[in-house]
Amino acid sequence: MTSGEDTIIDRAGVTGSVERLEAAAGRAGGLLARIALVGNPNSGKSSLFNQLTGLNQKVGNFPGVTVDRKTGISQLTPQLRAEIIDLPGTYSLYPKSLDEKVITSLFYDHTSPQYPDFVVVTVDASNLRRNLLLFTQLADLGLPAILALNMLDTAGQHGVQIDVEALQQELGVPVVPLNARKGEGITALKILMSQTLGAPTVRFYEPDEELLPMVRQIRYYFNLHNDYLALHYAHQYRHLAFLSADDRAYIEELTTQYDFRPTARQAQETIDRYARVNEILLNCVTVTRTEQNEPYSNRLDKVLTHRVWGYAIFFGILFLMFQAVFAWASYPMELIDQGVAWINSLIQTNFDGPLISLLTEGVLAGLGGVLIFIPQIALLFAFIAVLEETGYMARVTFMMDRIMRRFGLNGKSIVPLISGVACAVPAIMSARTIENRKDRLITIFVTPLMSCSARIPVYTVLIGLVVPDEAVLGIFNLRGFALMGLYLLGFFAAIFSAWAMKLLMRTSERSYFIMEFPVYRWPRWKNVGITILEKVKTFVFQAGKVILAISIILWVLATYGPPGRLEQVETQARATAATQRLTPAETEAHVASERLENSYAGVFGHVLEPAIRPLGFDWKIGISLITSFAAREVFVGTMSTIYSVGQDANELTVQQKLAAEKDIYGQPFFTPARSFSLLVFYVFAMQCMSTLAATYRETKGWKWPLLQLVYMTGLAYVASWLVYSLMS
Amino acid sequence: MSDRSTLTSAPTTRRSVKDLKLGESATICCLEDPEMALKLLEMGCIPGTQVRLNSRAPLGCPITLVVGEQGDYTLSLRVSEAATIMLK
Repeated sequence: MTSGEDTIIDRAGVTGSVERLEAAAGRAGGLLARIALVGNPNSGKSSLFNQLTGLNQKVGNFPGVTVDRKTGISQLTPQLRAEIIDLPGTYSLYPKSLDEKVITSLFYDHTSPQYPDFVVVTVDASNLRRNLLLFTQLADLGLPAILALNMLDTAGQHGVQIDVEALQQELGVPVVPLNARKGEGITALKILMSQTLGAPTVRFYEPDEELLPMVRQIRYYFNLHNDYLALHYAHQYRHLAFLSADDRAYIEELTTQYDFRPTARQAQETIDRYARVNEILLNCVTVTRTEQNEPYSNRLDKVLTHRVWGYAIFFGILFLMFQAVFAWASYPMELIDQGVAWINSLIQTNFDGPLISLLTEGVLAGLGGVLIFIPQIALLFAFIAVLEETGYMARVTFMMDRIMRRFGLNGKSIVPLISGVACAVPAIMSARTIENRKDRLITIFVTPLMSCSARIPVYTVLIGLVVPDEAVLGIFNLRGFALMGLYLLGFFAAIFSAWAMKLLMRTSERSYFIMEFPVYRWPRWKNVGITILEKVKTFVFQAGKVILAISIILWVLATYGPPGRLEQVETQARATAATQRLTPAETEAHVASERLENSYAGVFGHVLEPAIRPLGFDWKIGISLITSFAAREVFVGTMSTIYSVGQDANELTVQQKLAAEKDIYGQPFFTPARSFSLLVFYVFAMQCMSTLAATYRETKGWKWPLLQLVYMTGLAYVASWLVYSLMS
Repeated sequence: MSDRSTLTSAPTTRRSVKDLKLGESATICCLEDPEMALKLLEMGCIPGTQVRLNSRAPLGCPITLVVGEQGDYTLSLRVSEAATIMLK
């Protein structure tokens, strides 16, 4: 099981009196009540989850699937705690996406240790009709439930008056009015949640008479407690992971035998349920038309989705986001960078030895490489959380869908793609907002092709080397054009790769756009804060592990070499330095350069040379390609070491050194052909372990990061080869 | 497909939500695409429900609909999806 289990038991051990709850739950093994939070998207479920659990949240995995499992501990009363599971938002118990399938596997296996003791169903009071559909399904499964009647204030503004007492009578479960965003009604809900709850007393839908022979057989075969659950087995047996192959074959046989037509039955059930809900609403809801003028959301939309202003405002927001991640984040990033460097030098001046070197250049450097992303992630998610919270993200999708769909992307893909220009790591994490799995995977896959800020040092050094500093058309700079060309190259590569993937990828999941268009709301800063914290934590603890591991491997490669070789090389280098009367600093630089050349990284560089020769690269560039896998900007650092520029090398001196480098014929080594080949290589190549770690984390497996690595590196190789062959 | 029989009830005109004018209201008669119908039904597009074309995206697609006589909520969908919702 997940480590979450342990924590919960530990915590429960401290609290002591859980007997009552245990009795209520009727479970022998568990010490805490397990409560599932379910509801429609936009019904205030996340706000309620945040209110109930605060910072006591953790994100794990649902077993076997790539869906985040968000759980939290809630202190219901001074004595009682409960584990709350925040399930993905859904409109019904018939799953349409992979995320929603998690819900069915949780509710249909009553023998599972994960099976909840009861559910809290959040409903949007201003749209009770559609929200109650899901509730009636859950109640018919026989799950004890509490109805959290959210957003009563909005309903009131729409002229909808709800008689809570009557609703409670009709539904047969406790109904708690609350305002999850403001935290009103939470205490009442918590008290109810700590009570013993019986199964719902009202049934809303019974399977059709004709179906009963089949349903009953399934019910008795699997020893289920009600007909409706058995009916769901007949509908969904293919997706229920806990059923054995024999079990599935049994149900399949029955469905054929009784000529069971799932689509028609499901449609009829939904229609019947709506009819039933309409009856209920007649008895407990009165609607008085209060205002005839247009809702404020519509008036806002006139501007925010306008054909001119809509796009102008959106690009304004994107620009601001881009500024934040690109420019504002650089200050805290610099602080982190300097902080890590300071600790490193502090350790290095006071201690010595191979372990210290591992600690400073391996572990701490890797840790710095993880921490450095925090400001960008936090800032980007601050923006995204506000856009999501306010309902603006739905408008972005609305405006961009038509354009992005052509390339196999989604209206929401625009945010990851644009953020990718700053840094692919938070950008890939932001693709989470795309519900459709195929669209999300394609977006994640192509985002790293957008030129990120780490490529800038490489671009500037190489462009400075081969593109003359000339004015074009009077005011423009030729180097500026070259830089823009590289960015466009990345952008088009991303778009066309997406388009190709759209054609190649198969999916069983149908892509719908059908979604609720939420009304505009003010963001809740608590929700924004929790989102930022969650994203940062996820990155540091999950992607961070991979980054740290690769950093240490790279450190070993660059520090150690074949046995005895480094010592020998160092003695030799010091001897040459002495005969040439180099200054101590120059001697150290020379030694460092010689050591790197003979390290494992250097050996690999030499091994790599035949493979990269067609691109115009030599072993020195090979070493830089290997080390810049940690992060692209390391390229400049490695080049300066390898050309023994010395510790205080800045970009300009590296450039001079590169310009001075001669090939075997005494001609400048970095010809335009070579430089452009290298530039194009850096545009396309996947040389960022942090991005791979982020892809790994978001797709929950190594398949996609590996494909990304192979595809992008392959693309880089072919493109560089073409450039080099055509230009030389 | 035999599944369709329960969803369709012999439409007299072939007008769909796609053909609505901005601000125009109409009543849903039936849903054409059985699989998509499941999604639309869950979202409240039940035959007999009134819908109003609320807005179109700047490029003409997607569109937004107000579902329900009392303006329960706003739904957004693509034009191709709207074309499967037939009107009375």
